[in-house]
Amino acid sequence: MAAVSSTSNAPAPPVRPRFGRLSDRALVWLFLTPTMLLLLGIAVFPLLWSLYLSFTKFSVINDANTGPTWIGTKNFERLLNDPDVWLRFTTTARFVIPAVAIELLLGFGLALLLNRKAGGRGLLMTLMLIPMMLSPLIVALFWNYMYQPSTGIIDYWLHDIFGLPQILWTTDLNTAMWSLVIVDVWQWTPFIMLIALAGLSAVPKYLYEAAEVDRASGWFKFRQITLPLVTPLLLIAILFRLMDSYRMFDQAYALNISGNVNQVLSVYLYQMAFRDFNTGKGSALGYIMLVVIIALANLLIRVLNGRKAEQV
Amino acid sequence: MVVTDLSARPAGDSAPATAVAQARRAHWPTRLGDAAAWLALGVALLFFLFPLVWMLITSIKARSEVTLLPPRYVPFVDFQPVADNYQAVFTKASELGSVTSGISGAGQISEFPAHLLNSVLIAGGATVLAVLLGTLAAYAFSRFRIKGENDLLFFILSTRMLPPIVVLIPIFLMFTKPFGFLEGWAAGMGAGGFKDFLLNASHISLRENYIGITLLYTTFGLPFVVWMMKGFFDEIPKEYEEAAMLDGYSRVEAIGKFVLPEALPAMLATAVFVLITAWNEFVFVQILNPSQATTVPPFLYAIIGYGQLEWGRMAATSVVFLLPVVIFTFAVRNHLLRGVTFGAVRR
Repeated sequence: MAAVSSTSNAPAPPVRPRFGRLSDRALVWLFLTPTMLLLLGIAVFPLLWSLYLSFTKFSVINDANTGPTWIGTKNFERLLNDPDVWLRFTTTARFVIPAVAIELLLGFGLALLLNRKAGGRGLLMTLMLIPMMLSPLIVALFWNYMYQPSTGIIDYWLHDIFGLPQILWTTDLNTAMWSLVIVDVWQWTPFIMLIALAGLSAVPKYLYEAAEVDRASGWFKFRQITLPLVTPLLLIAILFRLMDSYRMFDQAYALNISGNVNQVLSVYLYQMAFRDFNTGKGSALGYIMLVVIIALANLLIRVLNGRKAEQV
Repeated sequence: MVVTDLSARPAGDSAPATAVAQARRAHWPTRLGDAAAWLALGVALLFFLFPLVWMLITSIKARSEVTLLPPRYVPFVDFQPVADNYQAVFTKASELGSVTSGISGAGQISEFPAHLLNSVLIAGGATVLAVLLGTLAAYAFSRFRIKGENDLLFFILSTRMLPPIVVLIPIFLMFTKPFGFLEGWAAGMGAGGFKDFLLNASHISLRENYIGITLLYTTFGLPFVVWMMKGFFDEIPKEYEEAAMLDGYSRVEAIGKFVLPEALPAMLATAVFVLITAWNEFVFVQILNPSQATTVPPFLYAIIGYGQLEWGRMAATSVVFLLPVVIFTFAVRNHLLRGVTFGAVRR
């Protein structure tokens, strides 16, 4: 049923098209079914199951034979009354807020600098992509090597060369969270930078030229032209970073910073579910985390849409 | 630009001369600003690029030099570079004995190549599957009228917002015995071939094998692929394949011969992101496949995690593990920006 030979160079259409009897409706089914099945089976079904488990007392190890016991909303009541849980929420905020704020300032600042200087920009951007390609686990492990007191290079520079007091990065309760923030900033600032650069390069040049005719100051141009036009994109970047750093697990797990006060939610949940095997309670905490992030994301999306509406 | 503006100024007699002088004066703060900008840029780049360089340097240091202070920076000048770490990555289990709970445990042969192969099979398989299935679904969304299309698309996107750690518990339970319910069905049946089949099926596990984790990573990647590729197909005019269909091709042929080749660059760029996520994933594979079909990240964690601080070897392993992703990414880098932003930025 191959194509018949033709005189022109273009491949001649076949005499009888194959699969011609497949209707469009059948194609839709054929194309959508595998994706939907996978998503339903591996994303939605487990989620519903965990919703059920969150209302039960269940441990995969201890209750393997008896199965889950329905206890209503007890898990949620216990969790929400547990100061330990609230502590993890504040700890997570202590990580997420500084990390995303610094990434935003640094990433946007770098984008502004790189946007002015054209030379070597391609190479720099290429190099800056590498941290994002590294496994977060590897990043944390390697920073841990650099953080080592008295053998690590950071301690050597700050303490031995600049004479600052020695910092026990990951083990000191006060600095541990900052060592995690620095790792996150290192890995994800390039992400913000990349998006900000995309936004900057999309700002029409004639706006600046018009401002120049009016002898606008640099600050005025930044405030009135650059910032409003880049903000929507930056908000998207912030949304992504907030969601990702809120659920960040690998880095915290690998860096293993000390202190319960420095334990983020995802690590807490991991231990609850896979070290203590409190499967039901863990599911409930997972759902609490989920509700919080959905609320936060909705809030941000609303801000985002509000801005878009203003501009139109 | 500033210079041309100055001519508009109703300044006095020798306009060109003052213009030049003023232009020069106007340059001074910019030059100072430039210097500050360059300095800031330099400091920032040092912060971002030094750890990468340091990882490379650490990977070619002998064991005794890795923790030596003051640090040795320049190979051949400060220290003699060695290939020991890279050699150890592929041949030796560890200088300090076997580190993982893996199969061999003999302490002779490195387990890294086996883990790397697992990573290639699992992450590669998931990437291919996710991109193929997701592209087809995206095509359907883009070209056909589907009831509740926007709801379906939002549903697909929402599955990606879940904190992975939340779904880890039910996934773990489900993968342990995905068809466990068949046991109940079989119990109510008389003995026979079908009952045996159901019983056998009920014992299937998706843990500790390739299938479960590959399907899982595929599912992680799908929402991204569907959204990216739908955006892409939306930009290709419908007439593209309609012309081919007028020529006598069926729609399936038109897709295979004209649409997919056109979509290939976008598919590759999308694949990069699916690959990076699957390649670097740690916690799911750690929980689901602790001893069989384990990828590199849990292995790397084991090298360091047991308190055997082989930093040089860890750095070498990281470099080797990073290379395939870097090469793939740079091969398709022109389409990456849209991917980073989930299709929000279009060039």
